[in-house]
Amino acid sequence: MDPEITAIVAPIDRIDVDTDAILPKQFLRSIEKTGYGTYLFDEWRYLDHGELGETKVRPLNPDFVLNQPRYADAEILLCRRNFGCGSAREHAVWALHENGFQALIAPSFGDIFANNCYKNGVLPINLSEEDVDRLFVAVALHPGYKLTIDLPRQTIQTPDEKVLPFVIDTFRKRCLIENLNEISYALAHSQKIREFESRRRAEAPWLFNSFSE
Amino acid sequence: MPRTLYDKLWDSHIVYAEDDGPTLLYIDRHLLHEVSSAQPFQGIRQAGRTPWRADANIAMADHNVPTVNRKNGVTDPISLVQIEMLTRNCEENDILLFDMNDRRQGIVHVVGPELGLTLPGMTLVCGDSHTSTHGALGALAFGIGVSEVEAVLTTQCLLTTRLKTMLVQIDGSLQPGVTPKDLTLSVVRKLSIGGGKGYAIEFGGEAVRELSMEGRMTLTNMTIEAGARSGLIGVDATTIDYIDGRLYAPKGSQWDMAVKAWKEFRTDEGAVFDATVALDAGTVQPMITWGTVPDMSVNIGDRLPDPGDEPDKQRRSLFERAYEYMGLKPNTPVTEIKLDKVFLGSCTNGRIEDLRAAAKIVKGRHIAANIKLAMVVPGSTMVKKQAEEEGLDHVFREAGFEWRDSGCSMCLAMNNDRLEPGERCASTSNRNFEGRQGQGGRTHLVSPAMAAAAAVEGHFVDVREMEGKSGS
Repeated sequence: MDPEITAIVAPIDRIDVDTDAILPKQFLRSIEKTGYGTYLFDEWRYLDHGELGETKVRPLNPDFVLNQPRYADAEILLCRRNFGCGSAREHAVWALHENGFQALIAPSFGDIFANNCYKNGVLPINLSEEDVDRLFVAVALHPGYKLTIDLPRQTIQTPDEKVLPFVIDTFRKRCLIENLNEISYALAHSQKIREFESRRRAEAPWLFNSFSE
Repeated sequence: MPRTLYDKLWDSHIVYAEDDGPTLLYIDRHLLHEVSSAQPFQGIRQAGRTPWRADANIAMADHNVPTVNRKNGVTDPISLVQIEMLTRNCEENDILLFDMNDRRQGIVHVVGPELGLTLPGMTLVCGDSHTSTHGALGALAFGIGVSEVEAVLTTQCLLTTRLKTMLVQIDGSLQPGVTPKDLTLSVVRKLSIGGGKGYAIEFGGEAVRELSMEGRMTLTNMTIEAGARSGLIGVDATTIDYIDGRLYAPKGSQWDMAVKAWKEFRTDEGAVFDATVALDAGTVQPMITWGTVPDMSVNIGDRLPDPGDEPDKQRRSLFERAYEYMGLKPNTPVTEIKLDKVFLGSCTNGRIEDLRAAAKIVKGRHIAANIKLAMVVPGSTMVKKQAEEEGLDHVFREAGFEWRDSGCSMCLAMNNDRLEPGERCASTSNRNFEGRQGQGGRTHLVSPAMAAAAAVEGHFVDVREMEGKSGS
């Protein structure tokens, strides 16, 4: 995400939203990293069954919150506790990202899902149940409700100038702001990895056997 | 200072740790499958890199393979591309692959332990959340996303942070007719679906020591259903006996050296956990899930809960939505729930003991007239072979079950094995989320014995009433 965003907030008012709901399994057959956006929340968003690669216009479910025009340009998703629990599928984050979501706010997230968010520049923010409750009320009351997220200062600012601080791991913050690549970071320590590996090979040689028939 | 099992595993894999920063953790074993590997291999290719240590990786096709007519190949063109891509990527990168016709093929979390690829004291990762399974062998194992799969392929390390530790102490013994799956479902209910977040959970106590390795793996497998990425069980004689003689287990002098090292991988007396939860195994009853998250479960003798009794407003609204989706009403006796399909398999309950337990119930009996499909999908090709050597395939076939080839199958319904809208299924798998086994499908998670009993009766029944009575 950009270090500072001011964007419309869309609400998903349901606890324990799993990654199967965020992106159903039939779309995991793709070998690509993109092309998941139209299938976000597929079973909730459309009235018919979705399949990979279909091009027909699909009937939208008018009862699904993200189909309301007021949330069309939302970049912040307001969620309930344990959002993104279940399967490790990173595709769920790709689908959110392709729909323009840069940040998610919830009392808590699934561990693997939150991890996957950071790897894709999507910021998962934990706020208290009370603060999240208040935001749900505000979003419902005010069409076009926007929040400003300032990552360097670790704050969320509401339209009525209330400032909600949030906590983020220092290194993860740095990765997001500097667009730091973790693989490059690890490779910069290649020598240390090699040294560790040779010690380990001596201590536990059975972990270095190669397998054949 | 006394250390927990998690502390020992973590400490022994630190390559580099920055002050107030993440740790570069060494990964001993990386399991790959077709669904979370195409993108990472493409990433490696684009970056002009090669795997850091090819022989630390083992790949197999499991999530999306057909479980019938396998000799005809994969008929779905999109799935075929994905499975062929795995083959191509393994060939290009010199990685050992068990393709769907290989005798060693199966679900990654069944195959790792059964071949001796999963060993105590190691770190093991896989792009799949049920990687927690392998922790039953005293390994630090957790699921990762696609980006991390690429990181492990490229560097053999993960940049990660230390978890908090939780001990789930399970004293007492399971009553006759109560299975490890029932214990597992009651642990998930006790902790709740999010209760383990941020923790590595170690299972200890008399009841855990008494479990077989298969039973232990059922328990650690579903640790992620309580929100924890890793489940752990300390090494004991059961662990060592299980590994001894496995295809890729260390042999000869390496074996002696390894066993000596492995015995250290248990929590020291007096080690302190960040949280402790206690459970009495003696009170556990056969269980079923009734709702759309794995902690919505009840005992077989109970009625379905009243949402009005749920104090938390959001939980109450999820209950109401779950009742609507599941087509059920509060206060219904569990035994009145009728079924359409029965699925026996998955990385939770697709092991030989699971098939034996189910076969014992169905022997000499037949599935009820209202059951449209009852299928057994062994967790691996080797489990299938073992079961056939024991004649279990005949028992199942004679009872009206289909006997399939191994794979993830209807646990996640990526292939053609799925529920149709509105169909109700007794499933030995791990997730009952909306649409998990097929859009509109209704999943009830149960043990293999309970699934078998439900198949015979056409509705849920207390399996203890059937045990001991012969069907033939």
